[in-house]
Amino acid sequence: MLRDAKCMDYSRLNAIVREAGEDVVLKNVCGQRFIGAGLSGRKIEIDGVPGNALGAYLNGAEITVNGNAQDAVGDTMNDGEIVINGSIGDAAGYAMRGGAMYVRGGAGYRAGIHMKEYKEKVPALIIGGCAGSFLGEYQAGGIIAVLGLDKKDDTPLIGNFPCTGMHGGKLYLRGSIEGLHFPNQVNVKKADAEDMEKLLPYLSRFASVFGISLDSLKNDEYTVVTPDNANPYKQLYAAN
Amino acid sequence: MKLEGEVRIPSGCAIAALISKDGKRVSGETIIKAMLPMHDRSNGLGGGFAAYGIYPEYKEYYALHMFFDSRDTRKACEVFLKERFEIVKSELLPTRKIPQITDEPIIWRYFVAPLKSVLESMQLEEKEYVMRTVMKINTEMKGAYVFSSGKNMGTFKAVGFPEDVGVFYRLDEYEGYSWTAHGRYPTNTPGWWGGAHPFTLLDYSIVHNGEISSYDANRRFIEMFGYKCNLQTDTEVITYIMDYLLRIQGLSLEEASSVVAAPFWSVIENMPEKEKNKLKYLRTVFPSLLITGPFSIILGFEGGLMALNDRLKLRSMVVGEKDDKVFIASEEAAIRMMEPDAENIWSPDGGEPVIIQVKDGVQL
Repeated sequence: MLRDAKCMDYSRLNAIVREAGEDVVLKNVCGQRFIGAGLSGRKIEIDGVPGNALGAYLNGAEITVNGNAQDAVGDTMNDGEIVINGSIGDAAGYAMRGGAMYVRGGAGYRAGIHMKEYKEKVPALIIGGCAGSFLGEYQAGGIIAVLGLDKKDDTPLIGNFPCTGMHGGKLYLRGSIEGLHFPNQVNVKKADAEDMEKLLPYLSRFASVFGISLDSLKNDEYTVVTPDNANPYKQLYAAN
Repeated sequence: MKLEGEVRIPSGCAIAALISKDGKRVSGETIIKAMLPMHDRSNGLGGGFAAYGIYPEYKEYYALHMFFDSRDTRKACEVFLKERFEIVKSELLPTRKIPQITDEPIIWRYFVAPLKSVLESMQLEEKEYVMRTVMKINTEMKGAYVFSSGKNMGTFKAVGFPEDVGVFYRLDEYEGYSWTAHGRYPTNTPGWWGGAHPFTLLDYSIVHNGEISSYDANRRFIEMFGYKCNLQTDTEVITYIMDYLLRIQGLSLEEASSVVAAPFWSVIENMPEKEKNKLKYLRTVFPSLLITGPFSIILGFEGGLMALNDRLKLRSMVVGEKDDKVFIASEEAAIRMMEPDAENIWSPDGGEPVIIQVKDGVQL
């Protein structure tokens, strides 16, 4: 189903998408919030700029955005896939608990904040470009990867204060991490074969959705950041 | 007219701006459009606009936009104004009656020039004189409120959604080289006309999305220098801080940004020596003007705009360009409404000022 969303109120647009019962293509989207919230079992393609909280609580649906997306994409997403061909705003994948998100461009501040995992539910957030400060803040599980494609020499791969409060999951960074500062409570090391094996399916999917050569992605050097369980967060505020 | 502080309402906001670097004037319709996709960021308790370059025929005069609660207050205030200024024009600010905007105060516009004799006897520089007069009216004259006091610029604000406020004030009939806009979702206070954004002093205007937690510390400091925070609204103090740092202290826009959104000490420690020393100096001299808590602001001034996020970037801000124009907004969707083909869309970092000025030599 094709719908022109021009100047349409967000609640009406979302009702149309919800009740469609089939795949939906939306044209002229401009800032409508909550598109695809909680949905499962269909594909949604978006032309234009979707509003905040795109795919919030997404439960299995597949969303493709042909341009940029705004803040809080995939907030508390449970399952499904979100593909953003452009860049993405702040707090992408906020508290994500399942499914995967692929971003061709860069991400704003706080990408992957408070991502979590449980048993087979392992969310993944793959950022093609660079990411802003507070990347993976309070990360409790899941996989975040920043690939730094098209990175300019004078811009850092990620901003300040990455992995603040990290206590689970893995953060992968492609290429050099020179000049980046990490907190004391995380381990930063070169990704080994086991780490790469875990990342590979996501790199492979990233390469195929955006038409990029997988070889050039998987053969590069990666750094992996994990919480340091020998140095946990204790007595930060009070002696207990 | 209900005053601030009488009720507490729990809250987001929307901001947008555009500027032509060539100084080309555009009508208010464009900036009104920007507010449409961000409608739900406001709750109808305040909307407003600042426009620069709209009064070229009166550009030598301060344009005072005022709210009055009654005709008597206006008459009394005019007697006071005439003691201090030559009033070259005095008129009702043109508005449209629309059902969305109700309970408006009396809204008046004056174009004034300070009386030379009084200026000389008070030994004050002209802008300081105008600033003190504005503070005096807003503090001492009950029911009278100056909400715009710059030259060749004006603020237009009301209780309502911003897109309706724009129609109410007939902004389609004005042309400016730079515009800012705000949709309000008040956090701590009821929406009243004076409490809507932008907050203006002289040609400085501020639109703000956020809620600053340093308000009282900032207020106590700034009130030592003749400013009076009458509105119990956090944004007001930001306007006065900018006037103090830029006009009184003579700081550059970048330096003023480093005062209000100072980098963390841990970040400063990793900087090159020269930059480190400068930032340490600014943090040491103006510790009380550090603004904490979430904010994204756009400062309007004669010939330019500056956008700034708090250092933690707890609010969104997007910038885009097209030809001679630069667009700023809380959401990219708003920029696309102003210019569907906007290019170079990017989000500045927390504490990173984005300064856009009209090119040198352009007559405004």
